[in-house]
Amino acid sequence: MTTSDTKPTNQSGVNPNFDLALNKRYNLDKVFAIATWVATSFALLVLAILLIDVLTDGLGGLNWSFLTSFSSRRASSSGILAPLVGTIWLLVITALISFPLGVGAGIFLEEYATDNWFTRLIEINIANLAAVPSIIYGLLGLQIFVRLIEPITKGRSVLAGALTLSLLILPIIIITTREALRAVPDSLRQAGFALGANRWQIIREQIFPIALPGILTGTILALSRAIGETAPLIVIGAVGFITFLPELSLKGLQSSFTALPIQIFDWVSRPQVEFHQNAAAGIIVLMIVLLLMNSTAIILRNKFQQSR
Amino acid sequence: MTTSPLSNEPDKSNLWQPNRTLSKRVETGVKALFALFAFVSVLTTIGIVLTLIFETVEFFKAVSIWQFLTDTQWTPLFTNKKFGIMVLISATLLSSVIAIAVALPLGLLAAICLSEYAPAELRKWLKPALEVLAGVPTVVFGYFALFTVTPFLQKFIPGIQGFNALSAGIVLGISIIPLVASLSEDAIYSVPRSLREGAYALGSTKRETIISVVLPAALSGIVASFILAISRAIGETMIVTIAAGQNPQLGFNPLVPIQTMTAYIVQVSKGDTPAGSLAYKTIFAVGMTLFLITLTLNVFSYWFVRRFREKYE
Repeated sequence: MTTSDTKPTNQSGVNPNFDLALNKRYNLDKVFAIATWVATSFALLVLAILLIDVLTDGLGGLNWSFLTSFSSRRASSSGILAPLVGTIWLLVITALISFPLGVGAGIFLEEYATDNWFTRLIEINIANLAAVPSIIYGLLGLQIFVRLIEPITKGRSVLAGALTLSLLILPIIIITTREALRAVPDSLRQAGFALGANRWQIIREQIFPIALPGILTGTILALSRAIGETAPLIVIGAVGFITFLPELSLKGLQSSFTALPIQIFDWVSRPQVEFHQNAAAGIIVLMIVLLLMNSTAIILRNKFQQSR
Repeated sequence: MTTSPLSNEPDKSNLWQPNRTLSKRVETGVKALFALFAFVSVLTTIGIVLTLIFETVEFFKAVSIWQFLTDTQWTPLFTNKKFGIMVLISATLLSSVIAIAVALPLGLLAAICLSEYAPAELRKWLKPALEVLAGVPTVVFGYFALFTVTPFLQKFIPGIQGFNALSAGIVLGISIIPLVASLSEDAIYSVPRSLREGAYALGSTKRETIISVVLPAALSGIVASFILAISRAIGETMIVTIAAGQNPQLGFNPLVPIQTMTAYIVQVSKGDTPAGSLAYKTIFAVGMTLFLITLTLNVFSYWFVRRFREKYE
């Protein structure tokens, strides 16, 4: 596009910037098109290499006893039971906290809120929160959930971890809820009002059921992000060496915990090569969990798109 | 004619009677509750800011701001304590610049490919594939950087160490390609067709149309995606912690171990640092620096998008 530096060779009064070198331009076009394809395939190629790499490194270490034993000082007898269960705990509690909060906030902003300073404040705020580094949420969780409300969470507990992760994914859930609600046609709301229903009745009976698959898809994707997060959990103090499971009761919420990414990080940072195979096997388990969640989300989305 | 009230008046007890007081009360209650939920996000911001300010103020009671900004060493965990944040900032800058040099061109080219060149059928497959790449946890990218990319680089670059900024930066860049690609693609795809056709009618080739018409029209969205990518690169933790090392030193040599701001926070968090100690306070001071940098970028992005957004139709 820098034709300005080509010399004005013609004296015939034609704009010197006009250069009809079609062959050259078409060749440049081809180069450009190829460059875009190379960039796209590069990203996918790296993804493929990464997956193959992890599979070849880790499949050898993946067996039933790896899934059912606790962490150990010897790599060969180390297993992933505690982190796997910890991740499931985090997943369930984070979902229980963030889903009602995020969906409620989304409904408020999309259905109830008028355009005033309070709404605008919240909107700018959510956009900003979505871009705050996750490790900052870790510092927030450390100060508020681990120290300030220690009597409830008992310090570095699975509850403190889940609360931190909930705040982390709240902006994503709010944003997807709003998008799902916006996709519901306004005529349904007007029909509801015409029948004498008030706003909450319309939302409960008409709008929310239609928007639900979209909201669920977004929530599952947000949760799968939470499950892969490592940094905030390290900051609030998840430990890499846990040899017990939280008991299945309210007391279990206050138990200390570990999670799959934490355990993987712990194994990666050890110098012994045997632990690196464990890390790769742990990554496979983590990726399978994420894959299951994402395929659920995709199935939900497809069902949703068909039924409309 | 008056009809007999007995035959025509329906039995009122069978009629649906709306309980207006109750449903109004429920409505008000629900609205207030959901407004409270929305307010949680504001509370989160307030919590982040107060948390960081509180501990940072405590930190600056022990260390002067001048020393914090100008010292050229970072050794808070040693006996001879030095607190030069520039050491950590230079490392963060180094790894981010490498990442951005990878992610911005590749991400933008991929976005152009998806929006302008890829046939619709292929696009339907490419987008989810990039989403998969975006969904890979960063700890996995860290593993990939340390055990695959670094040994690969060692074949070509003599003197590159086991932990280095180059490998971490490249993988960090790859991890944010999908972010740049998908957000830029949204912006490029939404440029109206009429603009492209106008450029073709004036004799532009496809590349000329894209570069001089489509990209400028999508500029605000593209820049927003770039800035988000930059702030993601600066705040990213696990890749740089795993692959770039834990060695705080001032300088911009990509072949040696460094320690970024985020990696330092992880290093302190992993150890047993008692609350209230100076080392404990440093992670909040570092967190505050990180927060201010990303906040500045966000504010700039917000301003830029408002200022340069092109509205069509």
